[in-house]
Amino acid sequence: MSNLQAYNPNHMSLETIDGEIATLNLGPTHPATHGIFQNILKVDGERILSAEPTVGYIHRAFEKLAERRNYNQITTITDRLNYCSSPINNMGWEMTVEKLAGITTNKKIDYMRVIIMELARIADHLVCNAVIGVDTGALTGFTYMFQEREYIYELFEEVCGARLTTNIGRVGGFERDFNSIFYSKLKAFLKGFPARFEEFNSLLERNRIFMDRVIGAGPIAPDRALSYGFSGPNLRAAGVDYDVRVMNPYSSYQDFQFDVPIGKDGDTYDRFLVRQEEIRQSLRIIQQALDGMPEGNHYVDVPGFYLPQKEEVYRSMEALIYHFKIVMGETPIPAGEVYHSVEGGNGELGFYLVSDGGRTPYRLHFRRPCFIYYQAYPEMAKGALISDAILTMSSMNVIAGELDA
Amino acid sequence: MNVDTTYLIIKSLMVLTIFGITLLIATYLTYFERKVAAFLQDRLGPDRAGPFGILQPLADAGKMFFKEDFIPQNSAKSLFILGPGIAMFTALLTGSIIPWGPQITLFGETFDFQIADINVGILFIVGVVSIGVYGIMIGGWASNNKYSLFGAIRASSQMISYELAMGLSIIAIVMMSGSLSLKDIVAQQHGMNWNVFYQPLGFIIFLISALAECNRAPFDLAECESELIGGYHTEYSSMKLGFFLFAEYINMFISCAIISSLYFGGYNYPFMDMVTDPTVQGLIGTAVLFGKIFFFIFLFMWIRWTLPRFRYDQLMHLGWKMLIPLALANMLATGAVILFNQ
Repeated sequence: MSNLQAYNPNHMSLETIDGEIATLNLGPTHPATHGIFQNILKVDGERILSAEPTVGYIHRAFEKLAERRNYNQITTITDRLNYCSSPINNMGWEMTVEKLAGITTNKKIDYMRVIIMELARIADHLVCNAVIGVDTGALTGFTYMFQEREYIYELFEEVCGARLTTNIGRVGGFERDFNSIFYSKLKAFLKGFPARFEEFNSLLERNRIFMDRVIGAGPIAPDRALSYGFSGPNLRAAGVDYDVRVMNPYSSYQDFQFDVPIGKDGDTYDRFLVRQEEIRQSLRIIQQALDGMPEGNHYVDVPGFYLPQKEEVYRSMEALIYHFKIVMGETPIPAGEVYHSVEGGNGELGFYLVSDGGRTPYRLHFRRPCFIYYQAYPEMAKGALISDAILTMSSMNVIAGELDA
Repeated sequence: MNVDTTYLIIKSLMVLTIFGITLLIATYLTYFERKVAAFLQDRLGPDRAGPFGILQPLADAGKMFFKEDFIPQNSAKSLFILGPGIAMFTALLTGSIIPWGPQITLFGETFDFQIADINVGILFIVGVVSIGVYGIMIGGWASNNKYSLFGAIRASSQMISYELAMGLSIIAIVMMSGSLSLKDIVAQQHGMNWNVFYQPLGFIIFLISALAECNRAPFDLAECESELIGGYHTEYSSMKLGFFLFAEYINMFISCAIISSLYFGGYNYPFMDMVTDPTVQGLIGTAVLFGKIFFFIFLFMWIRWTLPRFRYDQLMHLGWKMLIPLALANMLATGAVILFNQ
């Protein structure tokens, strides 16, 4: 706090720069922060001597809100964590509730979830890598890839009717089966996307200027990354092959063949390459899931959580009761505590849920990877130039919604 | 009417014409830039104001004029106003010595399609361009904003470093042509005898330096929006901002004109001797010059929308450790060849 108090905009004189150390406020509203968070940098010329991150600019008290909401209503909160890959958050939460309630899903649901989650991962990584391009000054690749992300959003729209904050899926399955339009669009995507993606890749991956910019920018050693609690692409870029999908498979990920790419130096270039490769692997997974899509129902029989069909509600007494209970949020859940994590777009997204048997969680904690990455930011930015620091931030893919929850 | 008055009238008309053309082209370059960007990025670009959006620059100008003209409280007010003025003034000044076409005889009068044929034309350009950086420096410093100051510092150091390489690559041209006057240099490239065939390395160095001088990507560090918000013009609004942006487009236009004149023969074109009427020949020459200019402008925009930008230290590295030695070597080689041919 001492720095905040010492800072007075009226005394933001130029003499401080003329001397040795200047304070530079990077954020909260700066074009490079991609959200609202602040870095108070101490700079000597362009070199960063120390960085002090501040958080909380869009804190919405989700964990507290969740204590007053029933289980189905919390899915909408998870949308707003990492809003670049909402479906992963949604399904992570649904699986957490299923784990606590002892619901097992069939293969069909698992495969459907895998398809949606991998699409979301592609969208998330596309945004991150395209934004690394933007922050180095290459805007065109960004527009190319946003077109692809747009297409992925159309796929989501086909499944759940929403695009960004999807609220996709239900506890116990999906609200409806994938329709034929979805399948045809997905096939078109799998056919056309790789070529367009490789075009984007060729704009940056071996571009001399881009490589000069990102190689060696914001590196982190594997042991430091582990001790901070890194996970996901940022940890893998540092050379640790930890992937929740492999280490602790959920939603039948063990059925699929895919590689876990790892980097060497943990710098911005490695993070970029790891994300690019993960996009290719995600495509592989989607293709396998599509080819091996089992027969079955798109929901399992969990009357307390999965909303009964409307015809049933009008016909049968039981369905009407469950309908009422679900809509009013009066489904009790067994007491207990459970931790479930999924490989989110950004890393291990965990849900720690404590239930005392009521209609709402007693306590819910989100393990938000961005929050963890952001703690390492001062260490990674120290000694770097301002340009590097900005690339470090965008390549770690710190999303304000997930950072602050 | 004595000769001096006629001369004065012709020159005044010429000044007004070139001033008007420069402004018009700079205005429409904003439109062109947005359309080129849209083309490269699979977008439509501006298409609302008028057919194909061709009235967009006017709409932009109207917006610029009516925006609140905000001067930050703790800024150095007079310098804050002076900055964009200098930038605009120097940008417009360089157009005066470019030979826009060969001599034409019209109504018994001989026109030089050039405002002033200064015998140290090239030195004049280099000099005026270096003054241009003062506009950015003063504007950035007077804003009393750290991001502006960073932008201004970056711009000035970048311009100083790249002017050297630019000057050195021009020296090779001067050695070849034996004249500092742009008119002579262009006249010597008659037909297809363009300098770029003799000075390919010099051309590349000059092109890169020109990109840097114009603060265009990949050298737009002075205003890189992802790091410095708006760079030196962060605090500017209204027509003062318009002046800065406008000056950038004028500079780009003039740079492309200079590249065309120095390396691509200016108004010269192949088989120009087959056109017997000198007036027609001159008019085609002017059209050809503008064609070349627009090609280079397109190239500038193409580069901007394709490449990422350098980091500050890499920019300095490229300027001092690569371009300047290369330009020196180029100069040396040119000298050796000239000596050998004597």
